[in-house]
Amino acid sequence: MRRPVSLYGLTFSLPLLIWQLLFFVFPLLFLVALSFWTVKNFVMSPDFDTVNWTTMYGRAVFWQAYGATFALAAGAAALTSILAFPCAYAIAFKLSDTARRWAVFLMVIPFFTSYLVRVYSWQIFLSDNGIINVMLGWIGLGPYPLLNTVGATMVGYLTLSFPLVVLLQLFSLVFIDRTLIEAAHNMRCGRVRTVFEVVIPSARVGLVIAALFAFILSFGDFVSPIYLGGGDPTTLSILITDTTKSGQQWPRAAVIALTMIGTLMVVAFAAVQFAYKGKTK
Amino acid sequence: MSGSGAESINRSRGVDWALKGYILLAYLFVFAPIAASFVFSFNSDRFPSIPLGSFSLEWYEAVAADPLVWQGLRNTLVVGVVVGVISTLLGFGAAYTDYRYKFAGKQVYLALALLPPTIPVIILGLAMLAYLSRINLSGNALSVIIAHVVVCAPFAMAIIRLRLSQMDPALEPAAWNLGASEWKTMRHVIVPFTKPAILGALFITMAVSFDEFAVAWFVSGLNETLPVKVLGFLQGQVSPRINAIGTFVFVLSMTLVILAQLLLSGKGANDRAPADDKE
Repeated sequence: MRRPVSLYGLTFSLPLLIWQLLFFVFPLLFLVALSFWTVKNFVMSPDFDTVNWTTMYGRAVFWQAYGATFALAAGAAALTSILAFPCAYAIAFKLSDTARRWAVFLMVIPFFTSYLVRVYSWQIFLSDNGIINVMLGWIGLGPYPLLNTVGATMVGYLTLSFPLVVLLQLFSLVFIDRTLIEAAHNMRCGRVRTVFEVVIPSARVGLVIAALFAFILSFGDFVSPIYLGGGDPTTLSILITDTTKSGQQWPRAAVIALTMIGTLMVVAFAAVQFAYKGKTK
Repeated sequence: MSGSGAESINRSRGVDWALKGYILLAYLFVFAPIAASFVFSFNSDRFPSIPLGSFSLEWYEAVAADPLVWQGLRNTLVVGVVVGVISTLLGFGAAYTDYRYKFAGKQVYLALALLPPTIPVIILGLAMLAYLSRINLSGNALSVIIAHVVVCAPFAMAIIRLRLSQMDPALEPAAWNLGASEWKTMRHVIVPFTKPAILGALFITMAVSFDEFAVAWFVSGLNETLPVKVLGFLQGQVSPRINAIGTFVFVLSMTLVILAQLLLSGKGANDRAPADDKE
């Protein structure tokens, strides 16, 4: 009934398509090509050489960083999900509509504050003479080395993904059919059991997607591991910034970046599979 | 309102209060760094901690006296405004395309339109740097604009698409039947209806661009934006100046977000009151 292609339609659909092809798809494809280039005397030249791949994959440092990054991101995804769930659950089921709207609004605010500034702020809390150690000193404890630890890195990851995870969990919890919960209660199912056997399975898709986002964000973040974790353990993102910013080893950085993308794709695919497992549309 | 009658079997005041207390704790964790940054931006100590030193504006003065900060602010504002406008235009086009047309490959189109924010910024930054320097576009404000639009356009598209889905689908055909051309309908029906979302998207994308530092750090070269400057402070002599800049940018971003919020909720409620209670 309507012409599939018209000047009118193309005017609206094409600009974004062209922009994302030119400046999103092509750069990522170029990254693939770049990973086969060679660097001699600090000058990159187009080439088809697997030397970058074999060099990077032959290094123990790379695999240590890979393992550390994966473990940190997985840990952050689990920790964030576990800490966020009671909060999202309480907002969804224990607050009035007005209070819930405020809660959502407040959770959105962190997205518009600088992540860097918040990380710096955590340094104020966690440093040896920082707020937390001073407070501990009042009750005769410490000081404990809090900054430059894995725990501090986790605080940074939480700062990054906690609000998003709460919101995503909340949206999946709000849309649960409440009659299901009432039915469970009517059949004398205890509250904890109801949460695990009714609420969590019903909200599974949202919960898994939320955890996935926490994983993606933590996996790629270079700010927390450096400025809160003190650069130890070295993560892949730190490797990328070091390799890119010092010298012209962009092809090797490209290898790391592509490995990260590959990992994220596998994890995302597995997560989505798991989320929709047994659900037929 | 959930059916309180049936739930009362398992209701326990203690657990309810514990959960509410947990909400408070969670918000305390989220807002502690934001609040601390605000408080310490007015504090005289070089190494901020408690007890607080005296009230002082020295960090704001230090920031205001730094010409590089002003240059960064100018870059940030220019980049932010241009990014906001381009992202909103592109996002509007994509949202309208998704709203109106069905075509082969639409899934791919939508993936392209929505995927960029899920790619880690560090990878995007590296890819952009390598690609843009290859085509001689790297190291200036233009490269930051290009990269930020990639990340911001999906947000604009999502916001405007949401608004379009509230529109009565018969509205557009009705205008055509009355003899309006597609272009006229766009101008007199679609654009006015989506205007709050368009403005909302404009402000939100600007705010996103104001705070983005990673991609900008990779591609900006010497034309640093303010967040990149903050990253520089963080790398060098850590100083409470970060708090002063952070508080300033926070106020700026929040103004934009609240404006967007007012536009999105206020106007939407007038046009379609029942659309609000979806629960």
